[in-house]
Amino acid sequence: MNAPLRRTGIVVMILFGLLFAKLNWVQAYKAEEYRTSDYNGRVQIAEYERKRGNIEVGGQALAVSKATDGELKYLRTYPKKGLYAHILGYKPVNGTATGIEKIEDEYLAGSSDQLFADRVRSLFAGEEPAGGNVLLTISRRAQETAYRELSDNQVGATKGAAVALDPRTGAVQALVSIPSFDPNPLSSHDTKAAAAAYKKLEADRNEPLKNRALSETFPPGSTFKVIVAAAALEHGLSKGSLIPAGPSYTAPTAGTPIRNAHPTICPEPQVTLIEALTESCNTGFARLAVSFGAAELKEKARAFGFEDEGLTVGRLNGDGLPVAASRTGDIQNPDGSEDKAALAQSAIGQNNVRMTPLQGALIAAAVANGGVQMRPYLVQQLLGPDRTTNHYTAAPRELRRPISSQVARDLRDMMVSVVERGTGTNARINGYTVGGKTGTAQAGEGEAEHGWFIGFVLKDGQPISAVAVVLESAGPGGSPEAARIAGQIMRAVIADRGGR
Amino acid sequence: MTAPAGPAVTPSTTGELPRARTKSNRRNAELGLLALSMTVIAIYSATIEINMVDTVRLDFWIPTASLAAVFFGLHLVIRFRAPYADPVLLPMVALLNGIGVTFLRRLDLARVEPAERVEYPVFAGTGGRQLAWTLLSVMLAAVLLLALKDHRVISRYAYTLGLTGIVLVMIPAVLPRSYSEINGAKLWIRIGGFSIQPGEFAKLALLSFFAYYLVRKREVLSLASRRFLGIDFPRGRDLGPVLLVWALSLLVLIFEKDLGTSLLYFGMFVATLYIATERVSWLIIGLLLFFGGALLAYVLGGTIGGPFANFYQRAEVWLDPFADPYQDGFQLVQGLLGLGTGGLFGAGPGGGQPHIVPEVHNDFIFSGLGEEIGLFGLTALLLVYLLVVERGLRAGITVRDSFGKLLAGGLAFTLGLQVFVIVGGVTGLIPLTGQTTPFLSAGGSSLMANWLLIALLLRISDAAGQPLVAGSTIRPPGAPAPQPAKLHGAPTEVIRP
Repeated sequence: MNAPLRRTGIVVMILFGLLFAKLNWVQAYKAEEYRTSDYNGRVQIAEYERKRGNIEVGGQALAVSKATDGELKYLRTYPKKGLYAHILGYKPVNGTATGIEKIEDEYLAGSSDQLFADRVRSLFAGEEPAGGNVLLTISRRAQETAYRELSDNQVGATKGAAVALDPRTGAVQALVSIPSFDPNPLSSHDTKAAAAAYKKLEADRNEPLKNRALSETFPPGSTFKVIVAAAALEHGLSKGSLIPAGPSYTAPTAGTPIRNAHPTICPEPQVTLIEALTESCNTGFARLAVSFGAAELKEKARAFGFEDEGLTVGRLNGDGLPVAASRTGDIQNPDGSEDKAALAQSAIGQNNVRMTPLQGALIAAAVANGGVQMRPYLVQQLLGPDRTTNHYTAAPRELRRPISSQVARDLRDMMVSVVERGTGTNARINGYTVGGKTGTAQAGEGEAEHGWFIGFVLKDGQPISAVAVVLESAGPGGSPEAARIAGQIMRAVIADRGGR
Repeated sequence: MTAPAGPAVTPSTTGELPRARTKSNRRNAELGLLALSMTVIAIYSATIEINMVDTVRLDFWIPTASLAAVFFGLHLVIRFRAPYADPVLLPMVALLNGIGVTFLRRLDLARVEPAERVEYPVFAGTGGRQLAWTLLSVMLAAVLLLALKDHRVISRYAYTLGLTGIVLVMIPAVLPRSYSEINGAKLWIRIGGFSIQPGEFAKLALLSFFAYYLVRKREVLSLASRRFLGIDFPRGRDLGPVLLVWALSLLVLIFEKDLGTSLLYFGMFVATLYIATERVSWLIIGLLLFFGGALLAYVLGGTIGGPFANFYQRAEVWLDPFADPYQDGFQLVQGLLGLGTGGLFGAGPGGGQPHIVPEVHNDFIFSGLGEEIGLFGLTALLLVYLLVVERGLRAGITVRDSFGKLLAGGLAFTLGLQVFVIVGGVTGLIPLTGQTTPFLSAGGSSLMANWLLIALLLRISDAAGQPLVAGSTIRPPGAPAPQPAKLHGAPTEVIRP
């Protein structure tokens, strides 16, 4: 019986060899994956051992970790609830964070390379290491105004967004998406309650978790005429040049005739370019676009930032919140030739043209800033746990130059004319130069229109703020209301800067 | 070798010679190894204290010392009553047992607030209970060693033991669910707050019976009827006992909902059958029957559910643990993540969060340990197990009687198979089953049964290590065959044609 006993010994060795191989697979090959898995609660416990840094705006903490008695030692709280929700995001116990909480996760958690020296120091000092603080570019007053005015809008829109940028730097001054949500239940240590809160938000028909300012696109309507106007100016036209208009226009091939929003708008056969923009003359811009073709229109839109799939808004040298690409869409017949009817529609921001509110603000900002579009960002500064070490300060960077300074100047005058005596008068601010463009976009058959406004405010020729506001399915009166809200946001920015 | 009185034995007559080592040498080696094991345990528990309490308390050594005392007691029993026993078994098993007790104590500490850990009494909680179980189990093992002077005596009670084994296996199956089910497996007898796992003891009883039965029947079972693909297959009518045990293990699978125990019993039987008959065909038949049965249970579980649903669910979790990471797969996923987090070197004793894994004190103790001692630590543990198993098999090879060979081989293999089943389960190598990890898991039944197993192996290895004296069953060349010692039912070696 000794031979089979020996063979049994070999069998046991093989079985243990299999165990050894499997252990190597789990503990060596897959170790990294398992260690960082979203399901791995150990990472969280270790993470919650350390006090996570604040996210702050103008000296006010918007995301704070408070000590608890539980197994997870700190609870992440958001004192301002829904006001900053789409910027800050939230840090859940299970699953991944969103917003700034996600993109600056390592720095806030204190585990980033920049904080290595701090960790070593606290190790020797015997203190608990803490996370770093993130300071945002947001203007508190502008954000509060934007949130309040959007939420209490006078046309009863439940969904919408607003973005305000500093045209000279690209710093985001306000970023609001409504409806918003309270991030506090989502970061609860009661993971079941957190999951239930998340489910409820996810099931909400108005989709409060969506960041409409960055990740949603809408038909831009007449705000898109700014881009057509830019193309026209580059074609050698001036703001005083006469362009063909009329009460109705049907594109050469076919399609439904394009009319103006009201019979009193540009019924004459020719109007000046500046007049066409001021009154928002549909027929004039449709004819303009058809005259120079789809390729050029697309090219100009691209120059302003359309089709950019990689843009993020966060830290200029790092990660950011993803921005959906704005699109000019398909303007072709099935055989590949240019669809003139679709082109005419696209020129007034319909057909397949889609734009994010941020893109709207970027267009206005480029016009206000002499044709230079700055890269938008949210993170102003990274401040170490000791609050004295500065690990990063935003250094504004140019994103692109869609138009020459000459074209920018003409466009600026035209947009100022819109606010001073055209469709955007609701945005006027005494003592400041305000320019802009309204838009009323068809959302679809039988649905209420979106109301748009994109614009900027200048003082002595120096840009202060560029704003985009969209009121989703606002119906008639949407764009004047959007203009009013934009005006309020710009006022708040001015007030926050002490009138400068 | 210190030649005892009597003529020298030539290797050709026995094939296996006892190690050339005196009994006191062996015992001193055992004592030295035991001291080493206890030092490892002491360092291990001190490290845990540093990591979890921030200080090494003055009384940290008390549990380790209690363990050392009782193991030393067993060592003394071995020294005087089984002096030729294998010197490696006790220290290695003591090491495993000590790590188990200390790790369970570490889990107790994790349940207490960090500030209050300094105050936590040394004998409290699961760790304290496990320590008490260890003392009891080791004492029981000592009693068995003292009472059982010759392992062949067991064969006298083979049928009683066999019947007892079957009854023990069947009790949880027939008991109402409220008295027998824990975590979906009906393996227990629960009375009040107390629960025992009769299957752990049934293992030993059944194995004793198998060894006796197979030694008697091995000639018949080795008879080949036909040859197929170069393998001799047994006669159809000899398949009876195999089919019976197969049916028994399938019943366990169905009524006690536990693949692990079922696999263990069947594996145990097939292994002893193979060792007894030396016929590979039995292995093939056994494996085919088992995998066929398991596959059938899986298919039935997926279609009709019922008693197979539990097994089906476990198989599904095994195939993709991350498919349902918060419900069915939660335990396995958390165990795997723990092992992964531990990585190569582990978080250090007391440095991880093993309590995240459900049942970490029991089925999942291996992944809990793996998080803290890493791949290197677990590999060392596996090697310790392997050493114990191979030493047990070696006792089987060296011992002279067939019953002893079969019993030692079966015991050692069963221990190895159990480690494979549970460690394979928690690492995702095979479907997870509710087995205890020998000597590590919390629980008195398992600990006691496994210490008895070790006592039996010690007894057999003592018989194996005894030098040949005059009048032993192996005769020197040329000498006339002496009358073999009469032992009830003890079979003699059979020379196969």
